[in-house]
Amino acid sequence: MKLIFEKSVKGHKMSVLPACDVPETLLPEALKRAEKPALPELSEVEISRHYTQLNKRVHGVNSGFYPLGSCTMKYNPRIDEEMAALPGFANIHPLASAADAEGCLEVLETAGKYLCEISGMDDMSFQPAAGAHGEFTGVLLIKQYHDARGDAKRTKIIVPDSAHGTNPATAAMCGYEVVNVASNDRGGVDPDALKAVLGDDTAGLMLTNPNTVGLFDPNILKITDMVHEAGGLCYYDGANLNAVMGIVRPGDMGFDCVHMNLHKTFATPHGGGGPGAGAVGCKKHLSPYMPKSALRDGGEHVQVRSFLGNFLVVVRALTYIMTLGREGIPEAASGAVLNANYLMEKIRGTFAPAFDHVCMHEFVLDLSEFKKETGVSALDVAKTLIDRGIHPPTMYFPLIVHEALMLEPTETESRDTLDEAAEIFRELYQMGYDDPQTMHEAPHCAQIGRPDEVQAARNPRLRWNR
Amino acid sequence: MGSYLPSTKEEREQMLNAIGMKDWRDLYADVPDGMILDRQLDIPSGLSELEVRDAVTAMAAKNTQYQYILRGAGAYDHYIPSIVKYIPAKEEFLTAYTPYQAEMSQGILQSIFEYQTMICELTGMDVSNASVYDGATAAAEAAAMCRDRKRQVTLMSAAANPETINVVRSYCYAAGAEFRLVPAKDGRTDVEALKELLGPDTAGFYMQQPNFYGLFEDAEALGREVHAAGAQFIMGCNPIALGIMKTPAECGADIAVGEGQPLGMPLGFGGPYLGFMAASSKMMRRLPGRIVGETVDSRGERAFVLTLQAREQHIRREKAGSNICSNEALCALTAGLYLSVMGPDGLEQAAVQSMSKAHYLAEGLCALPGVDMVCSGEFFDEFLVTMPRAEEVLSALKAEGILGGLPVEGGMLWCVTEKVPKAVLDKTVSIVKEVLA
Amino acid sequence: MNNPSELKYSKTHEWVRMDGGVAVIGITDYAQDAMGDLVFVNLPEVGDEVVAGESFGDVESVKTVSDVISPVTGTVCEVNQELADAPELMNQDPYGAWMIKVSDVTEEESLMDAEEYGKMCEEEA
Repeated sequence: MKLIFEKSVKGHKMSVLPACDVPETLLPEALKRAEKPALPELSEVEISRHYTQLNKRVHGVNSGFYPLGSCTMKYNPRIDEEMAALPGFANIHPLASAADAEGCLEVLETAGKYLCEISGMDDMSFQPAAGAHGEFTGVLLIKQYHDARGDAKRTKIIVPDSAHGTNPATAAMCGYEVVNVASNDRGGVDPDALKAVLGDDTAGLMLTNPNTVGLFDPNILKITDMVHEAGGLCYYDGANLNAVMGIVRPGDMGFDCVHMNLHKTFATPHGGGGPGAGAVGCKKHLSPYMPKSALRDGGEHVQVRSFLGNFLVVVRALTYIMTLGREGIPEAASGAVLNANYLMEKIRGTFAPAFDHVCMHEFVLDLSEFKKETGVSALDVAKTLIDRGIHPPTMYFPLIVHEALMLEPTETESRDTLDEAAEIFRELYQMGYDDPQTMHEAPHCAQIGRPDEVQAARNPRLRWNR
Repeated sequence: MGSYLPSTKEEREQMLNAIGMKDWRDLYADVPDGMILDRQLDIPSGLSELEVRDAVTAMAAKNTQYQYILRGAGAYDHYIPSIVKYIPAKEEFLTAYTPYQAEMSQGILQSIFEYQTMICELTGMDVSNASVYDGATAAAEAAAMCRDRKRQVTLMSAAANPETINVVRSYCYAAGAEFRLVPAKDGRTDVEALKELLGPDTAGFYMQQPNFYGLFEDAEALGREVHAAGAQFIMGCNPIALGIMKTPAECGADIAVGEGQPLGMPLGFGGPYLGFMAASSKMMRRLPGRIVGETVDSRGERAFVLTLQAREQHIRREKAGSNICSNEALCALTAGLYLSVMGPDGLEQAAVQSMSKAHYLAEGLCALPGVDMVCSGEFFDEFLVTMPRAEEVLSALKAEGILGGLPVEGGMLWCVTEKVPKAVLDKTVSIVKEVLA
Repeated sequence: MNNPSELKYSKTHEWVRMDGGVAVIGITDYAQDAMGDLVFVNLPEVGDEVVAGESFGDVESVKTVSDVISPVTGTVCEVNQELADAPELMNQDPYGAWMIKVSDVTEEESLMDAEEYGKMCEEEA
């Protein structure tokens, strides 16, 4: 497929603006750019066709099963889109007065109230634009808290070795030393290992529960108690909230602050990699440290993004929460957990689960034995799934399982879809023994064959050149 | 109650039986008893689609919708062509995940590659990443890129947007890096003050072009001072202005960032927006976030992939330069689409008309008693004037469906884009004239 | 995998050769094989101090990054700039593609000879 620049023809254009109806003011020579930017020149039909072609080479949640572990690819309701596109929201300036933006402020307040109730927190901010951004904000709350107490000793943040890469990266961004704590055989935090690393230099702990291998850590209260006793605070990574929303609350598990991924748990669309929103909640003692907007709120507060955050994403999430309501939220969670366990059961006897135990909303398959026997790796299985129209599960994560495939079906998949998917996994398992070569060379009928990633990294070509 | 579960209660019961369970609570056997919420959530009952639409629409109706917006300060009301709203709403673009599986996501990867190319064209820089959250976080990430073991101090012009300043200051606080504001003089960065503050420990200096007051700064002069001190020069630019103004590359910048919202994203009460980041090739591996690169596939065909991933958090963990995981992919697609729709000539027109109309309004307002330009010099599409009885002015304009400038210290900051017809500018002047009479 | 007998080896898979008072350092065949195709190497600058047992840089493959630990304490006197353009040299010729040279060597980690190192690698695999 050609790049848009390769379709450009000099003189092709769209007619968007009228002629200027005031006298033209031109830039003085000293401020002008030497040449116009080489942007493509196309008519509307050419643009329309180009993006249609691109769109055909994208797999959305609407295209098929998308069991990406830890990403919660649940269905994105259309009504949420319609509400976010209302001119009454889309055309409001972020610096409109409180009176002029009464509706927007009501959306933020209402969403905040509902999410506080769901998470067991007292206060909510929508300023962070993504999950990692929410993590940054959460750890920033912890940092400000200790700074305000004049406690400069607390230089360490504890992170389980099963944690997502954003956790230690976030801690490092906030100037903390990262202390890894080993997972036990359930992927949970070993309380003895935790005790060994806790001290008066502990600023806090970053944790997700259910954990990154999809299991609920039953020691959670003990863990958060231990951290509090050592004088540290507990931050909850809400990436896995879909398993427990409306059933268990991070605030009841002993966490002081949380972030939630609106683009995972609350069904706002992923957009190919963004925009999302990483709502951050906190208990009262951290409220003074929540981020604010310099121009809207004035004063000396930290700030992590301009204005109040990804407002239109919050509109989507609020519409979703209002649709599900008090009954629908826990039902979605238990539906997600049911679907994951059902799928795991249907695959039983083929690829081995990493932890043969009731899972939460996701489960991990360990293909290391399979690889030893057939030579077929998790990567090969993933690429073969592409040929079957299924988006591959999450790979390379968590780090504590080798040759891992992490599956999260979410609650918005029907039993038939799960049965069909399980059938395909069973077929692929057999194929590993019968026809490994085809799997090594997969995918065969996708948009492209396997890309040369080594070449891409060694000789980066990051833009088109004429 | 609304639900998106494609299964009936009976089906779910059968599924529970299939896994040897009787009750949904069995699924949560690992959760200690006292931790399961023993009551319903204290939020309203679920709603049907029709009810939800009414409820949310009612909230939107409480906002005041202005027909014309004369306020900028970081969020700009440029015209969004129809197709630019339509294409990003296509379900596949909208609902896909990050393109980690290149064989299934060439459409997204290519759209980002095209976006990266266009950002390079706009800024004149060698490489661009796939975007970050907004212009303010882009500035903060750029400042972090410049810091190393020997140089830890971040300098920032006080003439930048206060939102950006606060975000950069917060990121510096997080990292334990020193942050210092370079004062402004007559609305622009004070070069002498900058010279005083630059030192062997300065990592980078950030300025905004045009700045918060709409004024053009002498970027090249500032850049020369910064380089003379061995530090990096970061420019935060208005992407519409880049249609006509000297590029950061031409001004000697090492890193160019900015707020991409004017490129086809609605005001949306603040977001989602788009932070673009571009740099010289020597800074390529210090760029945070995702980057799309071109390669070939197993059949020798051109293909696109996420590349240089070993910079990122999922691989480097605590050694990563930034924790950033996502980009604003759909907004980047929107920006690339907007730039394609406008083309080089259309973008130039948007810039020239915004600038011209702003000057036209400034002239009209400054003819009124008590209204004067606060600073002298060239400006783009925003300007700061003294404005007596600011609140009354805003009320009077509101009655005519016009959102007036932003009250700030020293006066009122107005912005005009290509969207505003001359007749509305004339009406604005006469309304203000009446209030001040 | 043959490990040249004239070199010394660290537990973390680096090799060292003393060249008249200057330590020449690189990564071993085992290390490059474990990493896979190398795409980039982060090296220190001439004049930087390195400390025995601490990281002086890292090597990247597409999906991983690995610290390179200095076997000696001293000052970097030369850096192999070829590796910036062609990190694959470390895959092709790990014992020829040196990374840094260190002078004023004061401290050394406890190092193994080729035979001991070969045994350690066998046990790890």
